[in-house]
Amino acid sequence: MAQHQVNYASSAGLPIALTTVDKLVNWGRSNSLWPLTYGLACCAIEMMASGASRFDFDRFGTIFRASPRQADVMILAGTLSKKHAEFTRRLYDQMAEPKWVISMGSCANTGGMFNTYATVQGVDRIVPVDIYLPGCAPRPETLQYALMMLQKKIRRESANMKKNTKQNLRLI
Amino acid sequence: MRKYTPKDNVQKKSYYTDRFYIAPRVPRSQVESGSHFADVVNALKKLAFESYVEFNQLIVHIKSTDNIKVLQILKEKCGYTVCSELSAVDYLASSGEFEIFYQMLNLSEAKRVRVLTRIKKDEAIESIVPLHKMANFAEREMYDMFGIVANNHPYLKRILMPEDWVGHPLLKTYPLQGDEAASWYEVDKIFGKEYRDIIGAENRDPAKIDRYDTKRFSRVGHEVPFGADISSGEKEKDIEYSKTFLVDYTSSQKQLDKRK
Repeated sequence: MAQHQVNYASSAGLPIALTTVDKLVNWGRSNSLWPLTYGLACCAIEMMASGASRFDFDRFGTIFRASPRQADVMILAGTLSKKHAEFTRRLYDQMAEPKWVISMGSCANTGGMFNTYATVQGVDRIVPVDIYLPGCAPRPETLQYALMMLQKKIRRESANMKKNTKQNLRLI
Repeated sequence: MRKYTPKDNVQKKSYYTDRFYIAPRVPRSQVESGSHFADVVNALKKLAFESYVEFNQLIVHIKSTDNIKVLQILKEKCGYTVCSELSAVDYLASSGEFEIFYQMLNLSEAKRVRVLTRIKKDEAIESIVPLHKMANFAEREMYDMFGIVANNHPYLKRILMPEDWVGHPLLKTYPLQGDEAASWYEVDKIFGKEYRDIIGAENRDPAKIDRYDTKRFSRVGHEVPFGADISSGEKEKDIEYSKTFLVDYTSSQKQLDKRK
């Protein structure tokens, strides 16, 4: 018995790595966050710069997708008007679970300087937001940092979490 | 320019005292006889009941029912082939009327004429789309923003605001931050009216800080767990700085440069 005993705590050169399913799944999720190209105003320029070669989102595994069906993250970059709010929510609903939302810039966070009748006063009124990014407009480094914070958040989460249940979320 | 007033004690006293400041009038001059504008006024004959020149532009006041005739004469006889802008101004409070303006441009003479007309609150105006195609969108915007109907317009519906919007936002009586329908518009549309209570009213105060909100605000020295109820007060703690991120250069003898 136990002729080939393996010391699992120190694998001693054997090709064995121990982890949990949560960590494995979240490793995959957090390193391939595909955002929806969702530029609404001037913040979109900074978002495009983040995706382009100088700041290079691709090295985080973050590749912008033009379809909500293929996207995991919605980066709401810019002023959300009340006319457009309906479509934002529809696109959010079309994204497959699990999904996350980054609210980019003052306008998306709180309505910003557009304290008027036509602007949604914070996108968290219509979609649940994971990361709020301050700035007007936030620099690409800020968006990169937000993405890294989101990755950290995802790695903390449970892999089989039911993110958008009524217990976890007021808006569903 | 306004007179300079010292602004050192703005907190104590409002420095902007001339609240009812009236901007100086733009200088007006008569139409010179023999000029291009004189020919325009002659071509319009009695349709223009008042005409003068401001900033080298001819201003013509007409009756609202004559707008097609006047613009046709301007287009066909005087060379004003471009209507660069048209919209309305809300004078409902002072006279119960809208002022509608048509800004016309003559490209060969490089001259501009502004045609002004006034309509009562519930009156409509004839559409000028047969003469100028640009009026299609401009009249839709005028309808959207002021509620002024353009008769015989090919497709008169809102252009900027959503179709089920209540009210016309550029009226002086429309509140800047929106009326009841505007402030709940997206909530009603997406979730339904029963979600108003759950989502809550819009926060229109940009400096709002909730004293008892422990989800978004933390007070140094008074840290509490996320989401804790602190309405009955919280205990004061000593400030703890992170040992891992901050390097204490004073106690660790670590020398920053070789000057010492």
